[in-house]
Amino acid sequence: MTLIAETKAYAHRGSAWGDILRHPATLWLISAVIVAGAWEIAGRWPISPAFPPFSDTMSALAGLIADGTLGKALIITLKPLAIGLIASVVMGVGLGVLMGLNRFAEWLGSPIFVIAQSAPLAALIPILTFAYGIGLTAKILTVCIMAMPVIVLNSLNAVRHTPATLLDMGHSFLATRRQIIFKIILPAASPVIFAGLRLGCAAGFIGVILAELLITPTGIGDIITYNQSVAEYEKMYAAIFAIMALSVLLISLLEMIETALFHPEKRAQS
Amino acid sequence: MSPAAARKIEARHRPMVEVRHLSKIYAGGVEALNAISVDFPEGQLTSLLGPSGCGKTTLLKIIAGLIPATSGEVMVDGRPVTGPGPERAFVFQDFALMPWANVLRNVAFGLELKGVAQSEREAVAEKHIASVGLGGFEHAFPHELSGGMRQRVGLARALAVNAKVLLMDEPFSAVDEQTRRKFQEDLLELIAREHKTFLFVTHSIEEAVYVSDRIVILSKRPSQVSAIVEPEIGRGRDPDQIRRDSAYLDTVETIWQSLKRYLD
Ligand SMILES: Nc1ncnc2c1ncn2[C@@H]1O[C@H](COP(=O)(O)OP(=O)(O)OP(=O)(O)O)[C@@H](O)[C@H]1O
Ligand SMILES: [Mg+2]
Repeated sequence: MTLIAETKAYAHRGSAWGDILRHPATLWLISAVIVAGAWEIAGRWPISPAFPPFSDTMSALAGLIADGTLGKALIITLKPLAIGLIASVVMGVGLGVLMGLNRFAEWLGSPIFVIAQSAPLAALIPILTFAYGIGLTAKILTVCIMAMPVIVLNSLNAVRHTPATLLDMGHSFLATRRQIIFKIILPAASPVIFAGLRLGCAAGFIGVILAELLITPTGIGDIITYNQSVAEYEKMYAAIFAIMALSVLLISLLEMIETALFHPEKRAQS
Repeated sequence: MSPAAARKIEARHRPMVEVRHLSKIYAGGVEALNAISVDFPEGQLTSLLGPSGCGKTTLLKIIAGLIPATSGEVMVDGRPVTGPGPERAFVFQDFALMPWANVLRNVAFGLELKGVAQSEREAVAEKHIASVGLGGFEHAFPHELSGGMRQRVGLARALAVNAKVLLMDEPFSAVDEQTRRKFQEDLLELIAREHKTFLFVTHSIEEAVYVSDRIVILSKRPSQVSAIVEPEIGRGRDPDQIRRDSAYLDTVETIWQSLKRYLD
């Protein structure tokens, strides 16, 4: 027990203040304050009349929340986003893992995603509207096109880079194919798969806003476009801020899920 | 070794692992093993010693059933090897521990894969964790352990499945010299206690002479058996005394002379 006892003792040696200062939430708060402060200063300078200070943006945000505009817009925006992200996560991880396990599937599928990841996707949107109209389908597809490639390619690479000696270990202890996949490959791949999920979800948010700006202005995209056209920039930035905050929230949620499922903090650098 | 001595050994220990005319040519055209034949007697520790890259790991992995041979065959306990089997367990040079699992789960993993119930496999694992001197570390994770401790976990995992044959590929090469000597003592104790057959790959002549009943010296690639040495050093004495013993030192010197010609 000595080794563990020692590490614990060491962790407790720091002062209470030190613990608070080193807590991730504190760092988070400090960096948020710095960004908000810089934004406030830049807005008051002013860099441009189209760039309102942080405080004005926040009061505009409060107004949008109070009169229900933001809530209504979010419901509209979240629909293609949620459908697109769920489809991207499920299919992306599924396809990526399948391609990682099976050379033929990789040969068949990976070029599509490699091209999709490097293509300028905004350029594809006109084609999408041509094929699927300007409704929900085109918006969901935009989210998928943005989110899926990085999820697929990360899952593929994560699976492909399972340490060979862990696979040998599994085989030597007579693991079945199923056990190799679920007890060795997936746990080994989980950190990189989750990194892909975080990037993919962030890209999905970009996708839905892009769709709402370029296809038809609805939801958050509508608030942005409308307020830009009437030069109410605080409201425009408030809407952008709201969607970014939501994106950060979702990514934090993903981190919590990963921690609960795979204990990444336990494996450290070994 | 004289034929008479050979017969004496055959009579005392039947071969647990028999390698017959085994050849291995890798996909790239590298010829690692060339019709090698060698026996590994039951209940003994046999070391494989040879120049770097001569095919020791290849031989061990073929015996483990992890890679196929190009030609020839391997028999374990009288049955031909077609893949991994429950009578063989591997101890890996780089430990091959799952970083996301604690010591207990790592050690019990072989049993987990067999479908042994959790309480039962953990009881077995705890016993072996204690026997390799890691009692109290059941819930530690691999990154919290030193290299020597990690290899003890790898050893405990191999012991937990109760295989008859333990295949060890340079198990001590990633630990420091002091730990290594302690390991060697523990290994000798283990052999005396467990009556298992050990196949042990090492780079160290001293280590081979110290722990082995039998040393198989391999030639340069493509490998063949160049000599078989049976160190006749009395066990059960003070380790430091053994290491100064003239029989021990002579054997080390003989092997060094026969390996020296493979250096370029
Ligand atoms: N997967 C592989 N594909 C092609 N060649 C290989 C492969 N594995 C090993 N070899 C080659 O086969 C030869 C024998 O390799 P092996 O690892 O068995 O040697 P070794 O005796 O264990 O060496 P060392 O003492 O350095 O561990 C080497 O020349 C190596 O380059
Ligand atoms: Mg080797």
